[in-house]
Amino acid sequence: MNKNKKLIEVSGLKKYFNLGGKRILKAVDNVNFFIREGETLGLVGESGCGKTTTGRTIVRLYDATEGKVLYNGEDIQRLGKKGMKEFTKKVQMIFQDPYASLDPRMTVGDIIGEGIDIHNIYQGKDRKDRIFQLLEKVGLNKEHANRFPHEFSGGQRQRIGVARALAVEPKFIVCDEPISALDVSIQAQVVNLLINLQEEFNLTYLFIAHDLSMVKHISNRVAVMYLGSIVEITNSEELYTNPIHPYTKALLSAIPIPDPVVERERQRMILQGDVPSPINIAPGCKFRERCFNAKKECATINPQLTEVSPGHFVACGMC
Amino acid sequence: MESKKILEVNDLRVSFDTYAGEVQAVRGVSFYLNKAETIGVVGESGCGKTVSVQSIMKLIPMPPGRIKQGSILFEGKDITHYSDKQMQKIRGSEMGMIFQDPMTSLNPTMKIGNQIIDVLRRHKEISTADARKKAVEMLELVGLPNPKGRINQYPHEFSGGMRQRVMIAIALICGPKLLIADEPTTALDVTIQAQILDLMKDLKNKIKTSIILITHDLGVIAGMAERVIVMYAGKIMESGPVDNIFLNPLHPYSWGLLKSVPRLDAFSKEKKLSAIPGYPPDLFSPPKGCPFASRCNYSMEICYEAMPKMTEVSNGHHVACWLTHPLAPAVNRKSAEGNKKNE
Repeated sequence: MNKNKKLIEVSGLKKYFNLGGKRILKAVDNVNFFIREGETLGLVGESGCGKTTTGRTIVRLYDATEGKVLYNGEDIQRLGKKGMKEFTKKVQMIFQDPYASLDPRMTVGDIIGEGIDIHNIYQGKDRKDRIFQLLEKVGLNKEHANRFPHEFSGGQRQRIGVARALAVEPKFIVCDEPISALDVSIQAQVVNLLINLQEEFNLTYLFIAHDLSMVKHISNRVAVMYLGSIVEITNSEELYTNPIHPYTKALLSAIPIPDPVVERERQRMILQGDVPSPINIAPGCKFRERCFNAKKECATINPQLTEVSPGHFVACGMC
Repeated sequence: MESKKILEVNDLRVSFDTYAGEVQAVRGVSFYLNKAETIGVVGESGCGKTVSVQSIMKLIPMPPGRIKQGSILFEGKDITHYSDKQMQKIRGSEMGMIFQDPMTSLNPTMKIGNQIIDVLRRHKEISTADARKKAVEMLELVGLPNPKGRINQYPHEFSGGMRQRVMIAIALICGPKLLIADEPTTALDVTIQAQILDLMKDLKNKIKTSIILITHDLGVIAGMAERVIVMYAGKIMESGPVDNIFLNPLHPYSWGLLKSVPRLDAFSKEKKLSAIPGYPPDLFSPPKGCPFASRCNYSMEICYEAMPKMTEVSNGHHVACWLTHPLAPAVNRKSAEGNKKNE
C-alpha cells in the first residue's frame, strides 16, 4: 500500500443551498483538503458549520455547487450511472443517529444484506454466511440477523450501521458523528471497533465530530471548520499542542477536562455570542465578530489557508 | 450539623409499572446536599439519574411511576408524600429546574417575558409591571443582550444558548434554594457550553443556591462540582469529594468511566481506548448482586450473589464494592485507574 497516495482530494468545493428570494445559504464555501490512503482525517466544528454537508458532498449525496472531489484521481461529479454504482461500492457512510438510520421494518440481516444484493456480490448461502461474518466482526452474533432494529440498544445499533457500511468492502468511509448519540462507555467500544477495522482492512476515514478529545484520539490529521470554511488543518498532535487560529484556540479551551485539579487552574477563553447565520455572510473574515484578536483589516481580507509550518495550514489574516 | 443540609434523600426507590412489568429505575438511592453546595451526578443513560431528581421535584408521571420506598427531606420537611397542591407551592419558588433541551422545554406560543412573569406572579404577590421589571433584571443577569427588547420575543427567535439562558432565568427568578440542572449543556456546542457553565458558576457565587448537576460529561463535573455521585443501574456506586472521585476512584465502574474518555491534554501511545465491555443490565429484572459485576474485570463470586454495602473509606468518600472488603484480593490499581496526564 502506498501510504502517501491521496485517496480523496477536495478542491474549491462549494455547496450552496438556495433558500428562495435572494437568500443563499453557503454551507460549504471553498473547501480544500485531501485524505491519504489508510489515514483518518478528523473534521470538527460547531453545529451548522458545514461539516456534515462536506461529508455528504464528498460521497455525492449532494451535488457540489462548484469545485471538485477526486476519488483515486477520478472526478466523482462526472461519474455516470454505472460509474456511480461502482463508486458507491467503494465509499460508504456511517450516520450519526443509530435510531433513525436503520429501517425499522427490515431485519438486521436484510439491512446489512441490502448493499450485497444491490452490487450482487454474494447469493444464497454465501450471502447469509457473509452477513453472519459481518455481524461477528462488529461484535454482534449471528442470532441477531433475524431481529429488528428496535430490539437493540444504541451502541448495538451503531454496530449494525458499521456492519452495513462494511458489507460492500469499501475503501473509504465517512463517519458522520458516529458516537455522539452514545453513552461514554459505549463510545469507547465503537471507537475501538472503528480503529480495529481500519487496521484490518486498511480503511480510510473522514471522521466528523464535535467532540475534540475523541477526534484527537482517532485522527491522524484534523481540520477545523467555521461557517463553511476550513480555518486550520494539521496533524492532530500539532493542532492540540500548537493551535494557531484564534477559533481553534477558543474551541480547545472550551473543552472540559475530566480532572478537577487541571480544571481549577485553567484559564478559559470564552467566545462571546453565537455562530452567525450562514445566510448572506458579509465579506471579510467570517470569524471576526467573535474573534478576540480581530483588527480593522479583518473586515476586508478574505483569509486563505496558508502553510505556516510543514503540513500546518491556517486561514487567518492576523496570525 | 443537621441544619446545614438542604436536601436529604434516604433509600429512595422509584419504579414504573408498564405492560411488560415493573421497571425498577431507582433502587435505593441515598444522598444529601449541603447549603450552597454543587453536587454532580454522573452515569450512563438509563441509570436513574434523571428519575431520581425528577422524583424530588415530583415531576415523574404517577402512575405509571411510583415512589416505592424511601423519604425525601427538603429543609428538614418530609416532602415524600406531598400532594400536587403542596408541591406546586415549592416547585418553581424554592426549587428550580433547568432541563436538557431548551428547544422543547419553553412554551413556543408564549413570549419569553410572559413565561418568566408567570412564574413570579404565581409565587409572589407582585404587580405585572414590577414582575416585568424583575424579569428584565434577571435576563440581564443571565447575559441576554438587549433584555428590554427581547422580552417580547418568542422562543423560536432565540438560539440554543440564548434559550438555555432564558431557562436559567425562569428557574432562578424566585430565588430558589435548590436548583436542579439536568444535562443543561448536553444539547449545546462546546463554545456555548463554556458560556453557560461560566454563567452558572458566576450565578452560584452571586445567589448562593445549592445545585444538583446531572451530566454524563466527566469534564463538566470536574470543573463544576464539589462532590460527585456515580450512579449505575439505579444505584449509587461511589460518592465523595470531586478530587477523591477523579484522582483516587475506588469503584471499577468509576475507573472504567474515567479510562474510556480520551483526554485532550494527554498524548498516549496506545491507540485503543479501554472500553467497558458489555451493556448495562436490564432494569426489568435487575441482577441480585452488584449490577456492574457482569462488565467488571475484577468481579468475584460474591459480586453475583449480593450487593455490597456502601462503606466509607475516607472522610466523605463512600463506595459500594466488594473489593474494599478486608478479605478481597488486592487489585493492581495502577493499571486500572483513569488516564493520568502523562507528560
